[in-house]
Amino acid sequence: MKPTETGDSEYFHRVVDCQWACPAHTDIPEYIRLIAQGRFTDAYMVNRESNIFPGILGRVCDRPCEPACRRARVDEKPVAICRLKRVAADHKDDIRERLPKVPEKKNGKRIALVGAGCASLAVCNDLMPLGYECTIFERLSVPGGLMRYNIPAFRLPAEVLDEEIGYIIDMGVDLRLNAPVASMKALLDEGYDAVFVGSGAPKGKELNLPGREEGDARIHIGIEWLESVAFGHTKGIGEKVLIIGVGNTAMDCCRTSLRVGAESVKVMARKPRQFFKASDWELEDAEEEQVEIIINHSPKEFVVEDGQLKGMVFEVMEYDIEDGRITDSRVVEETFIEADDVILAIGQETAFPWIERDIGIEFNEWDEPVVDRETYQSTLSGVFFGGDAAFGPENIIWAVEHGHQAAISIHNFVHDKPVTERLPRTVKLSTRKMGIHEWSYSNDFDPAARRQMEHVPLAERFREIDTEVELGFTAEQTACEVERCLNCDIQTVFFDKLCIECDACIDICPTQCLTITPGADNEDALRQELTAPAENTDQPLYISEQLEQTGRLMVKDENVCLHCGLCAERCPTAAWDMQKSFVDIPYARDHDVMPCRQRKTG
Amino acid sequence: MSFITKPKVEWSGQRRNPLGLTIRDYEGGMSTLCAGCGHDSVTAALVQAFWELAIKPEQVIKMSGIGCSSKTPAYFLNGAHGFNSVHGRMPSVATGALAAHRDLIAVGISGDGDSLSIGMGQFAHAVRRNINLLYIIENNGVYGLTKGQFSASADPGSKSKAGIENRQQAIDPVAAAISLGGSFAARSFSGDKKQLVPLIKAGLAHPGCAVLDVISPCVTFNDHEGSTKSYAWTREHHESVTVADLVEPAEAIEANYDEGEELPVKLHDDSVIRFRKLEADYDPGDRAHALEYLERHRALGKVVTGLLYRDSDLPEFHQLSGTALQPLRDIEFDCLNPGADALEDLQRKMR
Repeated sequence: MKPTETGDSEYFHRVVDCQWACPAHTDIPEYIRLIAQGRFTDAYMVNRESNIFPGILGRVCDRPCEPACRRARVDEKPVAICRLKRVAADHKDDIRERLPKVPEKKNGKRIALVGAGCASLAVCNDLMPLGYECTIFERLSVPGGLMRYNIPAFRLPAEVLDEEIGYIIDMGVDLRLNAPVASMKALLDEGYDAVFVGSGAPKGKELNLPGREEGDARIHIGIEWLESVAFGHTKGIGEKVLIIGVGNTAMDCCRTSLRVGAESVKVMARKPRQFFKASDWELEDAEEEQVEIIINHSPKEFVVEDGQLKGMVFEVMEYDIEDGRITDSRVVEETFIEADDVILAIGQETAFPWIERDIGIEFNEWDEPVVDRETYQSTLSGVFFGGDAAFGPENIIWAVEHGHQAAISIHNFVHDKPVTERLPRTVKLSTRKMGIHEWSYSNDFDPAARRQMEHVPLAERFREIDTEVELGFTAEQTACEVERCLNCDIQTVFFDKLCIECDACIDICPTQCLTITPGADNEDALRQELTAPAENTDQPLYISEQLEQTGRLMVKDENVCLHCGLCAERCPTAAWDMQKSFVDIPYARDHDVMPCRQRKTG
Repeated sequence: MSFITKPKVEWSGQRRNPLGLTIRDYEGGMSTLCAGCGHDSVTAALVQAFWELAIKPEQVIKMSGIGCSSKTPAYFLNGAHGFNSVHGRMPSVATGALAAHRDLIAVGISGDGDSLSIGMGQFAHAVRRNINLLYIIENNGVYGLTKGQFSASADPGSKSKAGIENRQQAIDPVAAAISLGGSFAARSFSGDKKQLVPLIKAGLAHPGCAVLDVISPCVTFNDHEGSTKSYAWTREHHESVTVADLVEPAEAIEANYDEGEELPVKLHDDSVIRFRKLEADYDPGDRAHALEYLERHRALGKVVTGLLYRDSDLPEFHQLSGTALQPLRDIEFDCLNPGADALEDLQRKMR
């Protein structure tokens, strides 16, 4: 067996499951420790470094980190990472002094950005401190993009948006509101050094069934309807509402309906619950508000009588499911469900009617722009895409990461460097040993269960359309939840030369992660040889060099390691050490575009 | 030693034995031995053996005397009975416990000081009486609790941490047990659980006194160059004469054993451990031969390990004494205590 290549930066990064799963690689364990110490402002700044919008994402992030969290494999539920982010944002002091300084003397490079959503704002956040002049063209009268008009205020209050968008705009971004871009050609002709397209995926998908045209007055496209509510153009809806689709937009539509007058809201799903696109927590929140979610109903037609929408006919489906996949389906019966209004929330797509097809920006067979996954550059050099505009709908945290990466490309491009010239991520390790039995992190395992977020009582929350439902964690909840974090970034680092093979670490490990073994022919066989078979193949094995005394190997299964430090504490020769891994993530500012000039340090 | 309690965690993928218990359910309190102590590995091997055999903790009694080794019973099987006796007196307590309750599964844990110095006489008589006990000697060649003086098992020529050479002869508990007429004698190494765990299981299943000498290095006072009980020295010089294979209960009924080549030991769960001989000229059924083999290899500086001698036909303590077939607590009170008149009758007969 080959020893694990730990010099390779990705190994120890991968052990930090949450940070590895986060598109922006937010240093989650670090900010949770800072919250535990009451250093909310520091925790906020650690967040802001990578994800830019801690207050926003602390409320509405899609949380790819939480399903990945090691805690979920140890006691069912992950650490409430997302809501702890909000704790940092709620309790921080004034951070303006700590924002990157924008130089008065500009570098003479002008960047145009289309759409004032999360992707464009992320680009500005990275480029403004480097002396760029950024101009954002926004179709609407306020910045924020989908964060503003697609996510309802009862989930994401306007003040939070204004504050965090303000930090970026106040760097001196030239924000042009009510300024839709009508022609890419014209924009390019204005002589900007680079153009970034962050205009989202603004086109809601249509459902062309019989009755669609006749019932048009009471059939709405989800994201357009949400926008119309957000801007106060729509103030009411019928008593009975059907939502078609069961993604996160559907959840926002059904909950918003309840706040503008609906009495009975049904979310109609074509497939069983396991295939829902909406996040579990969004489904739970909707169901708490008495929204009914009906599965296995496939829309067949809109029923319109005398020009008035009466409801919809559905086909009731039955599915054969094998290994979590649908292998066959059939229609069992048809059923009519009454409705005053129907909202279609079955997805959205990009739309670029304003980009001329003859200027060098290639589009693929689905009419999406061809964009490089690493550099975010389109086929026309100097034109970059990010956010939903690049690869279709994802979520805010992805858009932020696209922004960071596009900023690096733009920074290279305008300085005549290849956009592909990018610094790799690296990992630094440093020991956390304090005394003989003391570590400088909270290594005691706390068996507490995940804290439950308090909500505004049902009766109260519908009175105002913008009453935020989640109250945030209390001090007690926060104090408990932070201790649930296993500190996966405090790595168990092994030094084979020191090991005397006494088995102390193996005996003390509370989750049987460790084995000294002669090895095996291949990894699959080795996984079965261990103290506890390593069945979770998504998790790597940490394999040592041959040990001095017997030539055997120390093998650690990373899967359910608590990072409690007991192996290191028990080791008589310090062959195990607990070391903090810091993932150094390169941003645009780290890319030295003028090689002859020394970078400033400190 | 550790200052952090090993946390109890219900992680996904934990295995359970037929009683539905996890291996963690067989643990005891937090060890206060030095980090890296061989005794902690013996504890872990005991935990593993009891868990794999799916023995109910309350069926077990664990006893010890005084010394680092004798702290071991505190670290496994929280739910078992126990007795921590005075120095060297564990065999007496074990004899009493088993006399009263012959159905208990008994483990005595002792050390080279507790059994080969102050308790040598007790050790000898437990062996010759063949009390039904797994008698583990955690053997490190030093008195660890009093800071590293040579013990009675320290080899001549072995050096202390201060560099002084031992010049007294060593007692080998395995050779002693065989020559005392013991029915089961084995040796293992705390750093080799593959060998140690089956020997613990076999010792538990053996009907009689099973002496298991475990070389268990003292990481603080006797793990240096010049020591003959260090991890490195033991690894280099130990030579196993048997290797254990487990035969599952279902196969065990059908299996044939070649008595010349292997020693089958039937366990509590009806599975069988087969100790295959690695040395062609070794015969663990022959007392004279075993002693000669041990002596020959001692002279060569080898530490012979494995199942070294066994005679499962030797009668154990209860058979020898013709005692009641059930534990005293299962005997009706009237029968156990027939009253003053019956005592009077008995005394009259003896006049």
